[in-house]
Amino acid sequence: MTNDGGGLVATDMKKVLIANRGEIARRVVRACRELDLTTVAVYSEADEEALHVREADQALPIGKAHARHSYLNVEALIGAAREAGADAIHPGYGFLSESARFAKACDAAGIVFVGPSADAIAAMGDKAAARRLAREADVPVVPGGDASRDVDASLATAAEVGYPVLVKAAAGGGGRGIRVARNPDELRDALPAAGREAEAAFGDSTLYIEKLLEEARHVEVQVVGAGDGEVIHLYERECSLQRRRQKLVEESPSPGLHPPTRDAMAAAAVRLAAAVGYVGAGTVEFLVDKDERFYFIEMNTRLQVEHGVTELVTGIDLVRAQLLVAAGEPLEFTQADVRIDGSAVEFRINAEDPEEDFQPSPGRLEIAELPGGPGVRIDTAIYAGYTVVPFYDSLIAKLMVWAPTREQALRRGGRALGEFRLEGIKTTVSLHARLVEDRRVLAGDVHTGYLEELLAGAEPATASTGRESR
Amino acid sequence: MADRTTIKAPVPGTFYRRPSPDEEPYANEGDRISNGQVIGLVEVMKNFNEVKADREGVIASFLVENEDLVEAGQDIASLSDE
Repeated sequence: MTNDGGGLVATDMKKVLIANRGEIARRVVRACRELDLTTVAVYSEADEEALHVREADQALPIGKAHARHSYLNVEALIGAAREAGADAIHPGYGFLSESARFAKACDAAGIVFVGPSADAIAAMGDKAAARRLAREADVPVVPGGDASRDVDASLATAAEVGYPVLVKAAAGGGGRGIRVARNPDELRDALPAAGREAEAAFGDSTLYIEKLLEEARHVEVQVVGAGDGEVIHLYERECSLQRRRQKLVEESPSPGLHPPTRDAMAAAAVRLAAAVGYVGAGTVEFLVDKDERFYFIEMNTRLQVEHGVTELVTGIDLVRAQLLVAAGEPLEFTQADVRIDGSAVEFRINAEDPEEDFQPSPGRLEIAELPGGPGVRIDTAIYAGYTVVPFYDSLIAKLMVWAPTREQALRRGGRALGEFRLEGIKTTVSLHARLVEDRRVLAGDVHTGYLEELLAGAEPATASTGRESR
Repeated sequence: MADRTTIKAPVPGTFYRRPSPDEEPYANEGDRISNGQVIGLVEVMKNFNEVKADREGVIASFLVENEDLVEAGQDIASLSDE
């Protein structure tokens, strides 16, 4: 049981190593501190000046700048945890957060992995196998099937579901390793190329085919497995504003779902998570078509970048919940306690130049002034004088806003975006300022291809200051 | 003329000579390469940009090591005609 002060009692988990960097490492430090857990940061040679290093109770170097020498280095991380005497490792998102091998290595070292079991990670990590599990759990999947190296069988599958189709890597996920085929000739070309790419990127050439659902929404359901077999959902996030399959804006609740669809999706997500004995925080991703039919695409067995919008509308701290479950404590909420209040939107501020095809823009931030005020949350690890290094993800800040209604949340978002002053690098702030004034974004009338269509049809370079929307 | 004797980095980032750690380098010193041929990658924030020759020639030498951090426009390799 947790005590009234909110700290953990009656558990051996006292010290948590955070195997990540940037804003998410700080996010985990904050949750740990509120639970009286001691924190251990790790850092690469490029991150000696990083805020997460300063803020944790202890910090250990783990290797060179490139992630595979540091934040992806299982042996270095386990070694650091042993050296620090950490009882648990929180992987954050990205890096090793969905590595069954890392979860196993933690188990073998007697360290608690803050996340699901290695088996659950592996079960969902094979995206083709995850589709089969979903079908068994009576969760609808996108029409498609395994794409064997037998080209004729793959062509038959594609013909059955109808073109265009996507060729995906079973070991992929997160929008990586995907090709589009609009006819049999393109599919014949795509299969060997996709197989080679999948082998190179993931060490596994297994492919599967999905029908490309055009003008569909991306809606995902947040779940938390309590550890006793119970799985609780925290409703959905809408993440349809994407560029190259990478999310840029996320919100909760989804503006495009009617209550019966919302409830059916939440129930489906809970069934799937329960089927793999899911423990901790996870996200079940769906596509939703114009008729509000929904289809499972994949499950992310970790905390998501966009978890904060769910926290803002439910009042539930997801990282705290992860830590409680990992420590063997009961959750502090039941399904009946989970309610959505108001509307929350997240804007991903990336070090990219929207006027130059989103070319990454690392460099020193000469000025870094951040928004604030009512209903504004910023998760970031930048500061004036900080150098955005070229080695890692381009996400430098997450601006989240909450308001009683979606319309007010978007207005608040526009207000807050206008308060950013980031000089020295290019960022996506100007793109977001334009999106919050876009007629179709305001109407909630978007799909996963909308942002790219908007960018493709936009005035070239000179016009995208964020003030031109008509 | 001097500009045309080197292949330059298109963007700042980490230079790689191989498509992935387990594969052969795109090109080696002494190789004859064609205009537009890829001789390496520069990674910046998980984006991979191809480094391409802008004329044909023979790679005389690589001027940076694999995994070195390079600036935009930095010389990656020198080319000779033979």
